[in-house]
Amino acid sequence: MMATQVASQASSGSMIELRGVNKWYGEFHVLRDVNLRVGAKERVVVCGPSGSGKSTMIRCINRLEEHQAGQIVVDGVELTNDLKNIEAIRREVGMVFQQFNLFPHLTVLENLTLAPIWVLKQPKKEAEQTAMYFLERVRIPEQARKYPGQLSGGQQQRVAIARSLCMKPKIMLFDEPTSALDPEMIKEVLDVMVELAREGMTMIVVTHEMGFARTVADTVIFMDRGEIVEAAPPKEFFANPRTDRAKLFLSQILGH
Amino acid sequence: MSDTQSHYTSPTFAGTANGTVMSRNLTDHPAVRWARAKLFNTWLNTVVTLIFAYLIIKMVIGVVTWGVINAVWTVPGTNTQACRALSGSGACWALIHEKFRFIMFGTYPYDEHWRPALVIVIFLALYGLSSMRRLWNRNLIWIWLVGLTLIGILMWGGVFGLNFVEQERWGGLPITLILATFGIALAFPLSIVLALGRRSHMPAVKVICVTYIELIRGVPLISLLFMASVMFPLFLPEGLSIDKLLRAQVAIILFAGAYLSEVIRGGLQAIPKGQYEAADSLGLAFWQKTSFIILPQALRLVIPPLVNTFIGMFKDTSLVLIIGIFDLLNSAKTATNEPAWRGFGLEAYVFVGVIYFLFCFAMSKYSQDLEAELARGHKR
Repeated sequence: MMATQVASQASSGSMIELRGVNKWYGEFHVLRDVNLRVGAKERVVVCGPSGSGKSTMIRCINRLEEHQAGQIVVDGVELTNDLKNIEAIRREVGMVFQQFNLFPHLTVLENLTLAPIWVLKQPKKEAEQTAMYFLERVRIPEQARKYPGQLSGGQQQRVAIARSLCMKPKIMLFDEPTSALDPEMIKEVLDVMVELAREGMTMIVVTHEMGFARTVADTVIFMDRGEIVEAAPPKEFFANPRTDRAKLFLSQILGH
Repeated sequence: MSDTQSHYTSPTFAGTANGTVMSRNLTDHPAVRWARAKLFNTWLNTVVTLIFAYLIIKMVIGVVTWGVINAVWTVPGTNTQACRALSGSGACWALIHEKFRFIMFGTYPYDEHWRPALVIVIFLALYGLSSMRRLWNRNLIWIWLVGLTLIGILMWGGVFGLNFVEQERWGGLPITLILATFGIALAFPLSIVLALGRRSHMPAVKVICVTYIELIRGVPLISLLFMASVMFPLFLPEGLSIDKLLRAQVAIILFAGAYLSEVIRGGLQAIPKGQYEAADSLGLAFWQKTSFIILPQALRLVIPPLVNTFIGMFKDTSLVLIIGIFDLLNSAKTATNEPAWRGFGLEAYVFVGVIYFLFCFAMSKYSQDLEAELARGHKR
């Protein structure tokens, strides 16, 4: 209890705070002393070469992965082994995955209403209204009665975004949301994300879409070999990367 | 001229016309073409086809001769002279005719046979209702509770003016259905718990489940039944005894639970990690995640091996005959113990074989339909 209070005081004004976070997979050091502060309504884009720990870092924020050292505080609640804290944080944090991870045996509408009904204890009617509202927001209300397998990749990812939004999260995490999509579908998903950002959602987005970073991000974070190498506003980062590693990465990703 | 035309429209004439067309183009008929392409396309295939055709025809003739043409359907009383005279060249269906009620109901009091007969009807009705997907809701539990209560009242009696019939006198098909139904219905939830437990992150839970599964799976059902019927009572305090049928039932449930749990674990392991993560990230608690996301998908995946195990269990209930419970198979066997009918075991076994087959085939057919129906729901 003490620790939680201290943490919440220290993190006043920030939604997410990582302090000296370390993680190992056996001998492999995936996260090295990661420090990150994300304020309310801040949009952070995380980029870096594959295997640099980007996904692992955001997956630690809602405890899909466990960190072994350091402190993670989300909206004043510290992530510990306490199931209550984990559940509280998961209720505040939505997540969108590279592989969509929709529930294939449930219709789109059921995908959207399951968690609100069982976790937030919403009446079914209300949950369905909310679901339809968000389906309209992601522009596919007509697919409500279909099964995920009947939708295109872009549509599935938009359903996944809507599914997270139905939980009314304060924070949205995106783990390479467009990497599994065919090129012609990337835009429809990015459009939804841009809109979400404009409305003031606190977002951390792991992506290679540098155009998105430029238009939306407040901060771009560059990770390499498990550490945060650079953190800067997009203009600064793209114009003047300070480190050689970032320069190399940018030349590789923007070079063609 | 007009006469001929009117003939053309008459069905008889059209039929004949069709017939001539058929016979003229017989070699073009799809069946003939198929046979030529698949059965008679090389000299080797032709030889093989002819040999097997000969064997099949020979067998069919043999079965029909034994089972129908030479068969004796009834004999006067227990005068089985006519059957004995066949000396195996024909079936003595008179046995079934004479012993039908004994095979179906065992040693249940003869005048009360309507009670186990009604029990069989109730069981069939319960199976029928349960197979309808639109009835899959809470009401089904009540239907089952009512049905099983009725079955209990009918079998035991002792209330509502029904004579009390002790369990030792029950027999025949109701015993088989009781053992199989409770066996499957209770082993199934047990197996889900075991399968989840085996995948648990809690070491104690995992060790207990693994030990249970490996121990039970590692011994034959027969030895479990022996333990239940012979050893178990030795451990009970004097004067306390538990119904023999119940003990056999528990042994069957424990055994089937271990087998089924491994089938279900197979399904659990086939669910992608992303499904767990998506459920976690939405804040679903363990049991919500398990019952709404993971199990529905896992069970659907394992319908074929699941039904395979169910069918095996249904037939395995016949093993209770070795501890002296009169299930369907044992009743049939006992029916031929009477001197007059000794030696006609084959007919009895064929008869119960048909009954077992009907139940197992119905299960298999239903599972196929269910699979197709579920697959139609969400095409990938």
